[in-house]
Amino acid sequence: MKHIVIIGNGISGVTAARHIRKNSKNQITLVSGEAPYFFSRTALMYVYMGHMEFKQTQPYENWFWAKNKINLKQGFVNRIDTDNNCIFFEDNTSISYDQLVIASGSKTNKFGWPGQDSKGVIGLYHKQDLEQLEQFAPNNQVCKHAIIVGGGLIGIELAEMLRSRNIPVTFLVREKSFWNDVLPDRESEMINKHIKEHHVDLRLSTQLREIKANTSGQVTSVIIEETGEEIFCDVVGLTAGVSPNIDFVKDSNIVTGRGIKVNRFLETNISNIYAIGDCAEQQEPMGERKAIEAVWYTGRMMGETLAQTICNHRTAYHPGHWFNSAKFFDIEYQTYGWVWAKPKENEARFYWGHKNGKMCIHLNYDKNTHEFIGINNFGIRMRHAFFDKVLTKKKSVSYVLAHLSDANFDPEFYKKYASEIVSKFNQENNTSIELKKKSWKRIFSEA
Amino acid sequence: MKRIQNIGLVIFLIGLSLFTGTIFTGSFHLSPSALDAFIMEKGYQNEIIKTELTKAFVKDDPLTIFEFSDRVRHAYEVANNHYDLLIAQYDDEKNWDKKGEQYQYKIYGKPHTLSFDLAKIAGKGYVKAHAGLMWMLTFGLGILGSLLFILPNLILLGKAGIKNDGIYLKASTNRGWIAWLVLIYLVSFYLLLYFMPDYVVNWTFIVDPISLFLNGGPASQWFVYGFLYCTIMVVMALRMYIKYRGNKYQVMRTTSVLFFQIVFAFLIPEIMTSLNMPGYDFKNAFPLDYDFFFDWNLDDLRNSGSIGLFILIWGIVLTLVIVPVMVYFFGKRWYCSWVCGCGGLAETLGDPYRQHSDKSLHAWKLERWLIHAILVFSLVMTLVTLYCYFTGSPSFLGIHSQWIKDSYSFLIGAWFAGVIGTGFYPIFGNRVWCRFGCPLAAYMGIVQRFKSRFRITTNGGQCISCGNCSTYCEQGIDVRAYAQKGENIVRSSCVGCGICSAVCPRGVLKLENGPEKGRINPTDILLGNNIDLIQLVNKREK
Ligand SMILES: Cc1cc2nc3c(=O)[nH]c(=O)nc-3n(C[C@H](O)[C@H](O)[C@H](O)COP(=O)(O)OP(=O)(O)OC[C@H]3O[C@@H](n4cnc5c(N)ncnc54)[C@H](O)[C@@H]3O)c2cc1C
Ligand code: SF4
Repeated sequence: MKHIVIIGNGISGVTAARHIRKNSKNQITLVSGEAPYFFSRTALMYVYMGHMEFKQTQPYENWFWAKNKINLKQGFVNRIDTDNNCIFFEDNTSISYDQLVIASGSKTNKFGWPGQDSKGVIGLYHKQDLEQLEQFAPNNQVCKHAIIVGGGLIGIELAEMLRSRNIPVTFLVREKSFWNDVLPDRESEMINKHIKEHHVDLRLSTQLREIKANTSGQVTSVIIEETGEEIFCDVVGLTAGVSPNIDFVKDSNIVTGRGIKVNRFLETNISNIYAIGDCAEQQEPMGERKAIEAVWYTGRMMGETLAQTICNHRTAYHPGHWFNSAKFFDIEYQTYGWVWAKPKENEARFYWGHKNGKMCIHLNYDKNTHEFIGINNFGIRMRHAFFDKVLTKKKSVSYVLAHLSDANFDPEFYKKYASEIVSKFNQENNTSIELKKKSWKRIFSEA
Repeated sequence: MKRIQNIGLVIFLIGLSLFTGTIFTGSFHLSPSALDAFIMEKGYQNEIIKTELTKAFVKDDPLTIFEFSDRVRHAYEVANNHYDLLIAQYDDEKNWDKKGEQYQYKIYGKPHTLSFDLAKIAGKGYVKAHAGLMWMLTFGLGILGSLLFILPNLILLGKAGIKNDGIYLKASTNRGWIAWLVLIYLVSFYLLLYFMPDYVVNWTFIVDPISLFLNGGPASQWFVYGFLYCTIMVVMALRMYIKYRGNKYQVMRTTSVLFFQIVFAFLIPEIMTSLNMPGYDFKNAFPLDYDFFFDWNLDDLRNSGSIGLFILIWGIVLTLVIVPVMVYFFGKRWYCSWVCGCGGLAETLGDPYRQHSDKSLHAWKLERWLIHAILVFSLVMTLVTLYCYFTGSPSFLGIHSQWIKDSYSFLIGAWFAGVIGTGFYPIFGNRVWCRFGCPLAAYMGIVQRFKSRFRITTNGGQCISCGNCSTYCEQGIDVRAYAQKGENIVRSSCVGCGICSAVCPRGVLKLENGPEKGRINPTDILLGNNIDLIQLVNKREK
């Protein structure tokens, strides 16, 4: 029986722990400084918005851990002694391990802006950030105006949160359009409009120069880089991305870059130490994937994979086809495969948008072979299993279009747009693809 | 807009106060001739009751309903005591003939019911005299106020989308003081309705004209309840339409329950009554309709000619054939979320409280014990009743038929389905009855779990474990526990309200009917990971 110590009880650490438990009798200790029990970071926004209580963000009841013999240890690790297989906590206590898994997640990026450590300047990552937000922006009396810096997924969530309490928000986005480094222009433009519809003062191509604070250190305003304009505010939300949370690893013998360097087997340079989730950096990125992928799903998949390795079934991390999802205020977004912001050399695109400006799909396929590469769908839900199969089998874009009814995942009775989409494609490309009726048999047939 | 809402709230509260206040109004007096007529009609053999009641009303002072009720119940007690003493005496003397004779003189039924029946005749006062005006001041103001409160949300809530902002921040929806006040009001309402109907006889006066119009007779407390039920459902359905206007499934479902409540549960039975037929709710399936096989109902149906026979057959076919077949094709949602009256109220009046259902494993265990125990209870009761009905014996398997019927009606019919089921909405959530109590739900649940095409499909690996689905599941299903494993949700308790699918921010859940194969899909590794690994691990687990 080995003692497996996991630093971080986020999705990656917890998934690893659960799967190690399923496959072995190893002793497992799950360490976290943030919160005693695993909670879903992605749901933090809903707590502030009053959709849920914090305890409802915890996917497992509190008895779950003891019942599955997963020891929980609350505390911040500040040093790892790889020679003696030992981790040390802030209070100088220590635990020794046989194998160590680092799953310490991310932290909010701060780019050295003057005043970035003032009171009322917050990130949105940890539970403590939420508590800060509740303190500095409980309502629009205390927080008369908020500034959000950084136009990514967390930024727009923070905007939605603050708007839910009727707090006026100015949203500074460096790019010329929202999340335009990931979303193609038309989708990005659609979201710009939607953000404004929710009465957010969206400032594109706008950067932060400086945060000003009063004598007691409380933020009072920000200065805009491009114009020098001063905007008064009580809260500044920093959401310009995240980076691996690995300061406590830096002094150890573990090799780090931006994150903790791992090979395909999620092994670090030290033989009994592994890293998974947001904090792991692949030595060589896989295919089109980035070296660090700070998303929920990859954290989970790494946890699933590493558990196999730890339970004596050495398995390389080899994620399947890329997928992701998000929600921009009222507009849901899903993506399967790749749809780059700008088409690559070999790629052709097809776009369909609804006139209500809240729905669209964007297909990416190979110009020459017509092989399907990816889809962005906004305001329409699509079946993961369908696109996974299509990508695995390297089906063509016309196959996808003909089977759009199989792919649709909207609730029953929703208006279907498949035939409209297909005829638009036919028109633009001089094709005669016919939409097939939904078939359960096809949906369920094995990949 | 907020102003309008506040005005609406005030108007609603005025209407509610007036409605509540009417209880204390009116005067009650019964003339000797009216009393005679009443006793004649009831066919009481009891000598004492007449003298006692006459004594109660000789003094010409006007009585409040409470004094009136006191006196009637006193008379009832005295009258029955007299014969009870005789019974005991003859029992001692072992004079069986004499003892047996006394039973015919006893007055059966509940004292409050006798008092209600008398109060119906004896009542006078402003409310009774101005039913129309009083309707406007109670129901009218209530409806007007509610609409002023609800309709501005069309603008206030902004564009179509999920509207759960602030639910856990408000005293009304977060088990705060408002929720507790609502609970107290609802519980008191049900206690009065079920156990002290005479106290609320004034409410019946308000709707007497409507009752007269619909079924030709004066309103009973059940008519008040039915009318109120429909009114509340209509108003709260408007709220649903506004809140979920982006979601067609919700709009259709709400329209459907509303239709079945108003037409099937309310109008058709009333009209049937006016045509001298047994008033029957054609959608109310046994064993939810637990008194369908009670002797009085069977007698009633047998005495009603061909329509009675039709109802009898329909009732049996509904439970034995239609219900399971529909559950096979569509899941039990076809009933619970599209047709049922209890479900209808839960989905309209109860929607603001849906998040309060208990999601713990502990609650799930309790649910399975309780709901199946009640199913068994209802079946045993029916078996005993039917046996006794056809053989004429008072008991079966050592269970006294009247006793078991009374116990069920009291414990399950009144307390569980009414007082707790609805009264506790604001604290325990809106489907307490449907989840823990309803025997029909238990029956359909068994079919749904083992033989149905219905499931909630989980969309591969898209779940982010946020917990919205579990939070808003009114049936206390931990939806997330399945979704985050990539597993479809196949649970006997799911009523298919579709809210989990609506609130999921990642488009993970879809209610659908499809082939049984692959419906239940336990997974260990989710879609999105290495295909070989998925296959390897999931096989190993099987
Ligand atoms: C607001 C928000 C919304 C998001 N929404 C989405 C989304 O919709 N979809 C998506 O795919 N991704 C989303 N993400 C990203 C996703 O949540 C992360 O990728 C994921 O949580 C990373 O999981 P992890 O297990 O690697 O790390 P984490 O969840 O960060 O867990 C790491 C844990 O380790 C603890 N820890 C770190 N250092 C130490 C130490 N020294 N000692 C002790 N404990 C330590 C941390 O406190 C933390 O509890 C979102 C993130 C945020 C913040
Ligand atoms: S609401 Fe959706 S994403 Fe959130 S836990 Fe449920 S299924 Fe998962």
